[in-house]
Parts: sequence; structure tokens; C-alpha cells
Amino acid sequence: MKSSSNLHAKTALLILMMVTFGPLGNALLGKGMKRIGPITIRALPDLFHILYQVFTSGVIWLGMLSLLMFLLSYMLVLSWADYSYVQPSSSFAYGVIALWGHFLLHETITPIRWIGVLTICAGVFVVGYTHPRTTEHN
Amino acid sequence: MFWEITLLLLIVIAGTSGELCISRAMKTVGEVKDFRPAAVFRVMVRAIQVGWIWLGLLLSIIAFLSLLGALSIANVSFVVPVTAISYAAGTLGGKLFLGERVSLQRWIGVALVCIGVTLVFIGRS
Repeated sequence: MKSSSNLHAKTALLILMMVTFGPLGNALLGKGMKRIGPITIRALPDLFHILYQVFTSGVIWLGMLSLLMFLLSYMLVLSWADYSYVQPSSSFAYGVIALWGHFLLHETITPIRWIGVLTICAGVFVVGYTHPRTTEHN
Repeated sequence: MFWEITLLLLIVIAGTSGELCISRAMKTVGEVKDFRPAAVFRVMVRAIQVGWIWLGLLLSIIAFLSLLGALSIANVSFVVPVTAISYAAGTLGGKLFLGERVSLQRWIGVALVCIGVTLVFIGRS
């Protein structure tokens, strides 16, 4: 009983970390890339120049650190929990990214986009709560 | 618009394939029960010895670079929700290429995702 509640607690903690760090990382990358501006690559030196700009940006490094935390949480939780359980639970990340976009990056999010984001959250949640195996084993 | 859609497709295809490879690799490694840094480090050392993790990481890098490109030309609150279309692509792929029987509930979920992505597209500011 105790090990079952421990399993639930550590799963919930790691999913919370995924839902926090994943969207935060994407928001920070968005902030960093917006500072760099639209990417246009006409010749090879352009690519090196862009990579230099990307990897010398503190905000982008923070974003990558946050995404690394997300990846670590994700890998750890998948070592014991089903993908079909983790995936719907992390559907809230789509709502969180819109919140980060609005409050951290001051992006204008129209009401119709909010409704779209919430519909995506609901859809991902429903997909995840279907039976994980639809084919029979011989 | 062409580059935006190309980058979004790359994020979806490479990202989903990468996640599945990482999931497969971590199942091979086994359940993690000890969270002390040294133990987590040992798990990571075991994980990098599984071939699937490298394929997963390569695909994840492609998805990451595509994400950076997309974020340089579009808002994060647009790019990330739109990549949810991977659920529809995965379900269609499972049905067409793997012969999976997709339940009505899953089709409803996929339909909701598609409606949501469409609304996000329409609601571009």
C-alpha cells in the first residue's frame, strides 16, 4: 500500500516538473529567438553566425537548461509509468505554454486561440485515456 | 508561410519519433527507484548504452533545431500548441501502417485536437 502511494507521489511530482519545465523552456527559447530575429540562411557562414548567436544567448541557455530538466523528468517517469498514462497527464502543458506566452513574453493571445488551446488540452487528455493496446497478440 | 509549415512538420515528425525511441530505451533500462544524484547518473550511463536512445536523441536534436527556427518567426503560444497535431498524425499512422483498431473515444480526442489546432491557426494575431 505504502509503495503504491509512493509510486503515485513520485509520478505526480515528476509530471508536475514536466508540465512546469517543458513550457518554461519553450517560452525562454521563444524569448531568445525573438531577440535574434527571423533566420535567413543564404550561405554557410550565415549558419555559423546564427549558431553563434544562439549559443551565446543566456536566455536560450536557460531555456535549454529548463528543457533538460523536462527531459530528465520525462525519462525518469517513463522508466516506471506507462507512456499512455504520462502523455495525457502532460496535456496541461499546452495550456501552461499559452500562459507563459501571455505573461512572460507578452504575446497577444486572441480569445479564439485560448479556446483552441483548451480544446487541444481536452483532445490530448481524451486520446491518452483510451486503451493503450488496440491490436491482439497471437 | 512555407518555411513555417515545413518547420512545424519537422518538429512533429522528428519529435514524435524521438519520444518513442527514448520511451523504448528507458523501458529497457528499467524502473528507477533511487533518486540520489549518483544513482540517477548510473541510470543515464546505462541509458546511453542502449542504441534507441541515440536515435531518439538525434531525432530530438532535429526537432529542437526546427523549433528554434519556428520560434524565430512565430509566437511560442502559436508554435507549441500547433505541434499537438502529432496526436492526429500518430493515430492515422497507427491505423494505416500498423493496422491498429482505433476506438471511437480516441477518434473523438483526435478530432478535438484537430479542432483546437484549427482554432489556434484561425486565432493568429
